[in-house]
Amino acid sequence: MRLSNGETLSQALYGDTDPAGASGYGDHPPRMGFFTDTSVCIGCKACEVACKEWNHVPEDGLLFTGMSYDNTQGLGADTWRHVAFIEQSKPLAGQIAGVQHDSDQLRWLMSSDVCKHCTHAACLDVCPTGSLFRTEFGTVVVQEDICNGCGYCVPACPFGVIEKRHLPATPGTLPAFLGKKEDGRVWKCTLCYDRLRGGHEPACAKACPTKSIQFGPVEELRERADDRLAKLHAQDWNGAQLYLRDPDDGVGGAGAFFLLLDDPEVYGFPPDPIVPTAKLGEMWVNMATAAAVLAVGIVGSFLFGSRE
Amino acid sequence: MTEVRSYYGHNVVKEPTWTWEIPVYFFTGGLGGASSVLGFSAKLFGNEKLSRTALYIGAAADAVSAPLLISDLGRPERFHHMLRVFKITSPMNVGAWVLTVAGGASNTAAVLQFLGLLKPVRLAAEAVAFFFGPPLATYTGVLVADTAIPVWHEGRHELPWLFGAGAAASAGAAACLFVGADDCGPARRLAIGAGLTELALTETMEKRLGEVGEVYEHGAAGTFGKAAKALTLAGTALLATKRHKLGGALVCAGSMCMRWSVYKAGFQSARDPKYTVKPQRERAERQGGSKATTLPGRSAG
Repeated sequence: MRLSNGETLSQALYGDTDPAGASGYGDHPPRMGFFTDTSVCIGCKACEVACKEWNHVPEDGLLFTGMSYDNTQGLGADTWRHVAFIEQSKPLAGQIAGVQHDSDQLRWLMSSDVCKHCTHAACLDVCPTGSLFRTEFGTVVVQEDICNGCGYCVPACPFGVIEKRHLPATPGTLPAFLGKKEDGRVWKCTLCYDRLRGGHEPACAKACPTKSIQFGPVEELRERADDRLAKLHAQDWNGAQLYLRDPDDGVGGAGAFFLLLDDPEVYGFPPDPIVPTAKLGEMWVNMATAAAVLAVGIVGSFLFGSRE
Repeated sequence: MTEVRSYYGHNVVKEPTWTWEIPVYFFTGGLGGASSVLGFSAKLFGNEKLSRTALYIGAAADAVSAPLLISDLGRPERFHHMLRVFKITSPMNVGAWVLTVAGGASNTAAVLQFLGLLKPVRLAAEAVAFFFGPPLATYTGVLVADTAIPVWHEGRHELPWLFGAGAAASAGAAACLFVGADDCGPARRLAIGAGLTELALTETMEKRLGEVGEVYEHGAAGTFGKAAKALTLAGTALLATKRHKLGGALVCAGSMCMRWSVYKAGFQSARDPKYTVKPQRERAERQGGSKATTLPGRSAG
């Protein structure tokens, strides 16, 4: 099976690629993304606020969770940046020269999570309307005038990022149809597509006071991340690792990747995600076989046994 | 035993947003697709009564499928956006096209049959429904498998077969409800054979899934799963002893419960992070540590 750009289905759905080029953009700007360096995150949540403000993301309830300083809980339709807080009784890193730390002192991990803008984005691939699309910057964006709220992208995302908005629709915008009153469409980070088109950096990166959120061409960010990891290594930081930086991983590397100080699952990330569509080719073949056997079986029920 | 860590026990993947219409559609779409195949096959073998009944059942099941799907949408008035593209990477898009063609054909044929008009057109429509019936009955297995929900994605080998078997069982069983004992023999054999296949595939899938499949033992998925097995087993036994009406009804109910069991299992599988984290962590360990780049000589914890 070959697609319109000449790739086979499995080539198109897995492995390292230039996502904008593979989506049909001829001459396009470099792939843009985020490198979120959690080792310098101070948990100020300026990214959460800036994102909400710029993108008009509505308030979706205020709740005391008891999860350290995190009352946001996770990404969703109304949260496109989420700062995680993890308290651990583990040794601190020896990052500051000349300061003695107790070995079992509390360390407080903070990390600003966001849509990964995967090289192979399951949400985009399974979207039945074409509402989700690849931008010229290689990012993944929902067209809200197209989305019909089928919800397929929600369980397709290996990271649990995209979600349907259940808040009431803006009055007067929703035609009366089957009594639906909620917004009903899916929403997620756009990597500030509007700001990128205007030559600006995304609101979260702009607001980040420590440059924990770094925005730029993905190639450059990957080099920067490697340098940073080497530096932390030299300083003997505990558990430092890059997450989703590798183009050979299960999502073909992400446009938004991270430097973490513990295993991914501690931050609520899947430790070794693989885009579900990687197996779609074999799933279609399997289904076609099942469909053929089904037809043969039904016809066969007329061939065996006497007519009663 | 791998220690499973998570962020305050929160789920990693999101639960589906789908509501009751979807598992009901898995049943009606399967029933419609398989009935169209049964109806045209009966025609080829000269069983006119069975053919006509299966045609009507198939058309009715296809006809209720579309409103069920539209009703589940967050923006039902935009249902036609499904057909603004054709997209092989989206099982839902492919399914929307298949349902449009299969349902359009089966309902055209049923109306022409009822009115006694345009026989060549009717036969052509029945043939189209015959060819689009099997994909309609099985693509829903790919639909749920092509997600990050562990119990669905890992069940990808069996799910199209399981849904296909359930579809065939319900089509045979539904025909037994309306066709007299003299003519429903093939439908009865189909319901028994497919019903037993459905049971065997359920067992196979749950065994092979191992720990990921344990959601089928608990909660709503477990309840529906047990009901599906009991109803299908009892129904096939009754059909085998030629108790057509009760047997047919029980096999249909069993096929419906099987869809609900699979549907509910997906929610339970998404809700508990261990089903997502543990297999991935074990895979990463097998490949020599996480794919994330870790400092050499230090454990991550």
